[in-house]
This record gives sequence, structure tokens and C-alpha cells, in this order.
Amino acid sequence: MLSDLSGWAITAVAVLGVLSVAAGVAVFVVDSMARATFALLASFLAVAGVLLALDLVYLAVVTALMMTIEMAIMAVFMIMFMMNPAGLMPMTMVHNAKGSAAVGAGVFVLLAVGIWTIDWPTTNPVRPDDSTRQLGEAIMGSHMLVMLVIGIGLFTTILAGTVLATSRGRYDRLGPGLDAEHPDDPVPGGLRR
Amino acid sequence: MPEQTLAEAWGLVPAVLGIVAVGLVLGVVVTAVDRVVVFGAPGAAVEPIRSSARLLVEQRRTTLAPDRLLWRTGCVAVPTLALLSLAVVPVAGRTLWSTSADLVWFNAMEALLWAAVWLVGWGPNAVHALTGGYRFLAQGLAYELPLMFALITAGLGAGSLRTTDVVAAQESLWFVVTMPVAFVVFVASAAAFAFWGPFAAPAAADIAGGITSELSGVDRLLVEAGRAVFLGASAAMAAALFLGGDSGPWLPGPLWHLLKTLAVVAALVWVGRRMPVLRPDRTVEVGWMVLVPLTLLQALVVAVLVLNGFYA
Repeated sequence: MLSDLSGWAITAVAVLGVLSVAAGVAVFVVDSMARATFALLASFLAVAGVLLALDLVYLAVVTALMMTIEMAIMAVFMIMFMMNPAGLMPMTMVHNAKGSAAVGAGVFVLLAVGIWTIDWPTTNPVRPDDSTRQLGEAIMGSHMLVMLVIGIGLFTTILAGTVLATSRGRYDRLGPGLDAEHPDDPVPGGLRR
Repeated sequence: MPEQTLAEAWGLVPAVLGIVAVGLVLGVVVTAVDRVVVFGAPGAAVEPIRSSARLLVEQRRTTLAPDRLLWRTGCVAVPTLALLSLAVVPVAGRTLWSTSADLVWFNAMEALLWAAVWLVGWGPNAVHALTGGYRFLAQGLAYELPLMFALITAGLGAGSLRTTDVVAAQESLWFVVTMPVAFVVFVASAAAFAFWGPFAAPAAADIAGGITSELSGVDRLLVEAGRAVFLGASAAMAAALFLGGDSGPWLPGPLWHLLKTLAVVAALVWVGRRMPVLRPDRTVEVGWMVLVPLTLLQALVVAVLVLNGFYA
């Protein structure tokens, strides 16, 4: 399998892999919310670079795109819901150190065992001309159900998280009978509703 | 099959240098047009060159306990990402590099720009800059999704995410005819990503310049240049995706693309400078309640046209 790749690509994968792990470690070493966020982003961008080196352009670019937006939205959530909204005070990303160490080690062992025990295909399958088209056809075809379930699951999680975190509900907005003409919002929207 | 890229045609280093030069020229052109429209005097066109030279020699001022690493990273990232987004914009009929996901690449550079501008606001550890950074994030939530749908609509019409394919698909009819909403949303979002014109609230006067309030010297030059280059790159991309790129009679193709780009820049500046600055808290609801359904409807219309073989 590796023989397909040029020496340049293998080097890039190795260097970017180390970079992504190092940036991942940095998330738990730095003492500021912003630095932790952007260390995590750097880690994801290194992963995107690995995908790019493997010639999976769409996956690489979409990883960079989604992870960047995710980090930016995390910054928005930070100011919405955290006690230290600006993230200006020193903090740490390490919580429940013993429990998370156990979970981390367990997942690492699981993945490592999986990687070394799975019977990877040895015959070289024909590489598609256009991996983007192949991916699109898989997502819109045979794997559509999986994508739909994951998509709805993610969406529900986001909604549930917001609903749990916010202190205001529809009765605060529209009154006890839900019959107010205009919702009473702390920040008015742009449509004057 | 993918055509030859600029890097293959000219060699990697000359192609990269060429794209950087094109980006800088576009940036200067955008700023010059902007100054002329704002000051109303043609002589103001040289002002950007003069102020760039002044910023280059200006001593850098700093704040108390800044996050220097992230601040500098953000300042350098803004122009870098603007130039990287130009890598998939056709110049002389070819893009610097061509992949099967060019449009997503362009969008990813915009998203990274989003994060970089927040860093510029975060870095100096100053209240106005931080407020500006968060305004930019909030504003981005409003137009990120409509922008994605606008980009995807162009890709949908061409049946490809490759920029050169999108240009080639417009030989008989420019996409702006069937995708007017996507075109307007794309150009407006470009202005918003450069926090310029009506979307300048993150750098507005009511928060003493916001993101740009603590920038000085080379840092300010980098951020301002990045904004201008990004606006220029987006105008060139809009010309390629919706106005037929280099198609046109009599004149050579690249000249047509340049003329269309300049027309988009002129229209953008002329309209943008005549509108008041929008409040970010008023843009999100408009973005989600009006623009998202509109762009989705636009994509639906194009999808139906594609199924009917309209673009074939």
C-alpha cells in the first residue's frame, strides 16, 4: 500500500502526523482558552495536511473548513455560556485527570489493536480518477442512511445543548399565554418581528 | 480531464510569484478605487501606496500583556489566506493549482480568515479589539451558510467543483442570469469577510476601530492589505464563477476576465460605500430567516434546470 505513495508524500504524512499529535498535546499544556482552541485547530489542520498528502483533496479541504468553523463557533459559545466569558483568565483544559487518562489509554489501546489486527486489503484496488466524485456518490448513495442519522443526531445534540444551557424559554419570550405580538428578546433580531 | 495548471505551465516558483503579484495588484486596485469613491478626487488613488510606505517604516506600538504569538499569527494569516484563496481563481485562464474541490478550498480559506480575524481582535488584550473580534464572529454566523449555498450553486450548475470547469460551463450563458441571488450573496459575503463597507461593524468607529484599533506599523499594513487582496480575489472569483470568466468577443480572454473583475470591484465599492454600516445583531436574523431560504431556493431552481439539461 505504501509503495503507491511518493517519498515526498510519506515524509509529509510523518511530519504532519507528529505535528498534529504535538499540537494536540499543546491543547492540555497551554493555560489560555484561545491558545487551547487554536492548538486544537492546528492539530486538525495538520490532519487535513495528511489527507492532502494522500491526495484526498475534498476530505482535506472539508476537514479544514469544518474544524475552523467549529473552533470559531466554540469561541462564540465560550462568550455565551462560560463563567469567564472573554476567556481572559488562566485556565486549563484538564478536568478529571485520572478518569480521562484511563479513557484515553483505553481508546488508544483499542485503536492500536484495531489497526494491527484488521485484515487490510493487500491487493491494490484501482484508484478512482476523482476521489471527490466517488465520495459524493457514496454519501448520496449507499451510505446515505448513515449520513442522515449522523446529521440529525448532531443537529439534535446542538439544539439540546443550547436548550439546556440557556435560561430563557418560549414563555419568557412570548408571555405566559404565548400570545405576545412581539417576542421579548434581550437582543432584537433584524426583521422587527 | 483537468487542464494544465498555472504551476505546470510556468513552473511552480514563477507561478506562485505571479499569483502573489496579481493579488497585490488587485489589492492596490481595490483600495485605490475605494479611496477615489470615498474622497471623490482621482488624486486619492495614490493614497494607499503612500500610506503603505508610511506603515512600513512606522514603529510598532504594543499593549499591556498581549498574547503576542496569537496576535502575530492572526496578522500574518490574514494576507496569507487572502493570497491562498487566489490559488484557485483563474488567472490567464488557468488556476495556480487545480483540484476536484476548488470551490471548497476557496470556502475553507474564507473560514480560516474568519478565525484569523478573531485572533487579530483577541491578541492585543484590549477591550475594543476583542469586541470587534466577537462582532466579526457573530456576523460570520449570519453569512457563512448563505455563502456556502451560493458557492455550491455555481458548482451545481457546472456539475463540478473545479473553477476552470465552472468557467467552461458558462460558454453559452453566464451563470449570473440563472443565479442572480447566488451572485449577490457571494459578493456581499466577500465584503463581509473583509469586514468592509456595510459590514465594517467589527472595525467601526463606535468601538474606536475595533479589530484594527491596536494595530500599528507592519501589523496594520498586513491586515489592511489582506482585506484588500481578499476583496480583489473575491471579485476575480465572482467574475469567474458568475460572469463567464474570460469569455467575450474580440478581446483576448484574460483581458475580459480583468475587465469583469474591475467592473465587480467598481460596483462593489460604489454600492458598498453608499450604504450605512449594519449592526451585527441585526444581520443574523436576516441571514438565517431570509438569505438561507433564498439561497436554498436558488439552489433548487438550478438543480431543476440541471435535471432538465438546461446547462448541458
